[in-house]
Amino acid sequence: MTCITLFRFMIKNKIIGSQFLGVENVLSQFKSICGEDRVSVGQAVREQHGRDESMHRCCAPDAVVFPHCVEEVSALAKLCHLYNVPMIPFGTGTGLEGGVGALEGGVCFSLRNMDKILDLHMEDFDVTVEPGVTRKTLNTYLRDTGLWFPVDPGADASLCGMAATSASGTNAVRYGTMRENVLNLEVVLADGTIIHTAGKGRRPRKTAAGYNLTNLFVGSEGTLGIITKTTLRLYGIPEAMVSAVCTFPSVQTAVDSTVQILQAGVPIARIEFLDEVMMDACNRYSSLSYPVNPTLFLEFHGSEGSLEEQVKTTEAITQSNDGSNFQWAQDAETRNRLWAARHNAWYAAQALRPGCKAYSTDVCVPLSQLPQIIVETKEDLIKNNLTGPIAGHVGDGNFHCLMVVDPNDKDELHRLHAFTDRLARRALALDGTCTGEHGVGLGKRSLLQEELGCHTIHLMQSLKYTLDPKNLMNPGKVLLPFSRESRQG
Amino acid sequence: MTGRVLVGVKRVIDYAVKIRVKPDQSGVVTDGVKHSMNPFCEIAVEEAVKMKEKKLIKEVVAVSCGPQQAQETIRTALAMGADRGIHVEVTGKDYENLGPLQVAKIFAALAKKEEAQLVILGKQAIDDDCNQTGQMTAALLDWPQGTFASEVTMEGDKLKVVREIDGGLETIKINIPAVLTADLRLNTPRYATLPNIMKAKKKKIANMKPADLSVDIVSRLEVLKVEEPPQREAGMKVETVEDLVAKLKEGGTI
Repeated sequence: MTCITLFRFMIKNKIIGSQFLGVENVLSQFKSICGEDRVSVGQAVREQHGRDESMHRCCAPDAVVFPHCVEEVSALAKLCHLYNVPMIPFGTGTGLEGGVGALEGGVCFSLRNMDKILDLHMEDFDVTVEPGVTRKTLNTYLRDTGLWFPVDPGADASLCGMAATSASGTNAVRYGTMRENVLNLEVVLADGTIIHTAGKGRRPRKTAAGYNLTNLFVGSEGTLGIITKTTLRLYGIPEAMVSAVCTFPSVQTAVDSTVQILQAGVPIARIEFLDEVMMDACNRYSSLSYPVNPTLFLEFHGSEGSLEEQVKTTEAITQSNDGSNFQWAQDAETRNRLWAARHNAWYAAQALRPGCKAYSTDVCVPLSQLPQIIVETKEDLIKNNLTGPIAGHVGDGNFHCLMVVDPNDKDELHRLHAFTDRLARRALALDGTCTGEHGVGLGKRSLLQEELGCHTIHLMQSLKYTLDPKNLMNPGKVLLPFSRESRQG
Repeated sequence: MTGRVLVGVKRVIDYAVKIRVKPDQSGVVTDGVKHSMNPFCEIAVEEAVKMKEKKLIKEVVAVSCGPQQAQETIRTALAMGADRGIHVEVTGKDYENLGPLQVAKIFAALAKKEEAQLVILGKQAIDDDCNQTGQMTAALLDWPQGTFASEVTMEGDKLKVVREIDGGLETIKINIPAVLTADLRLNTPRYATLPNIMKAKKKKIANMKPADLSVDIVSRLEVLKVEEPPQREAGMKVETVEDLVAKLKEGGTI
């Protein structure tokens, strides 16, 4: 979009009032804050910052800025606030729900230049990082210390981005999600104010001090402010790990085993479920020979002694639930081989139909409801002729259908959309949520309303209005838009 | 073989750090920069510890040459499973000028003193990329060498070593005692876990100076200048092949 078009667009959409001086002026003010080469209106750069890894189409911002420090972010935000320019924070662009699309234009704040790891406290098990630090970068940095940050959503995502989307991962069953592991946040609000949700520099392991603002911003997906620092809870790297695989005659027996394993107090680190369609896909993709049945992939962390006990207890439970072929291993090479199917699931699913696009659904229900929802979902897939092998974090009741669709087949896309709506509503009907870990983003805003009900949604909208009355922070995400009049006020 | 293995570990700037050259071009900035064990040394330690776990050798001794901070690197090796450490103290200008030949002399002396059966080093350090210390150590000791090792197996009283070479893989059989240098695919080093880091604090690190080993560490090399590679300049687009050829001729490339 050229500068003139931007100017006209902004006038037309009442984003700028008559006091606005001109886009060139804004851009030059941006440049004087963060430097000439840190502001881009190049088409390729803007498009790169208007898409993530979801199937939502690219919505490029009008400009991208690359600030270096929180003071620059604050100054830029003040400017955007003055001129009513929407702001979209951007970490690594690895989101799965279209959270970075600039639906109403505006400026994308790419935070990748703020990449310092600050304040590591090994005895206190905490560290503070800036948004440009990804989880693999942090864990590489920590490798000599015996500590790690275990939340693992798959992608090498920005940790502050993970905080913004309340990310989770395969070992949430033992280590929790971002909600449990963020101690403090530094946030730049819509008007440029810098706040620390738990107080500047504070990092007690627990607190009862005031409203829990930290967890207000965790999962807010950039709609309440720009996260510029996050203080994270670290854990000790496990002394030893054992991986195991077990096959089951049905989804029910696999889930029953999961429930019993948790009830037995086994501190299982990962417990992943792959359905038989997925196992078949994995066999084909990696030339493996797993039995084509619902399968559990398990991982145990602990000391040598405790591992032996954990594995023994788990094996007994799986056997009592008609599980078979229980294999386990401790050395890295065999563990990787046992888990090969789980590691390659995404690619194996895509390989089922080369040339097609893959999209992951994401719902979460109480454990006891998991067999029912998976069985009903599989029936739905077959009835509507859709390809959707299933992989799930069964210990949390969270599962994904890895949908593989032909992007040029309008009818299939329509069926996909209807299917995902039914899936989300099925989860809601079973006391669950329409999104276990990917977030609401663009596509699940109406589902969120159904999930929460009008009073709760109104409360969320009030909070949003309090923090961002002009609706400049990532507009169009999480909550359905309120009226345009409120932005003029 | 129930002998002793010496493993060399070098403290280098962490591989993830962006290197900056000092303004006076005398070297790179090291103050306040994260350092860690050279990645190839990690692989060497892992191999030695694996051998001990398989009961092929009895004791793993981690050795590092450098200032006080080199002890941190030795502690990491101890946390990975080495039994004890030796810190050969070299500081200041001596440390800045410390290169493969002097380190090789130190290792050769230590190998004799400790009656080691095997010396395992990383194939090269990621700061100087010399790839010389292992080879020089073997020459000084007059021991066979298995360099760029991607697989090491004990066969009776000999070592079978698969080496990574330009043409592919070469398999050799060498006598013990020997020097090995670890290449990337030899193994995947384990993480130092917290309990092991705690246990490592109790393991012993002996201190000594090069003079104690009768090693002369005077360098015969002098670094004249360190500079960054030339900044990458913006490219330019041309419309036709003729334009491209003309521009290349203009720039003296053809």
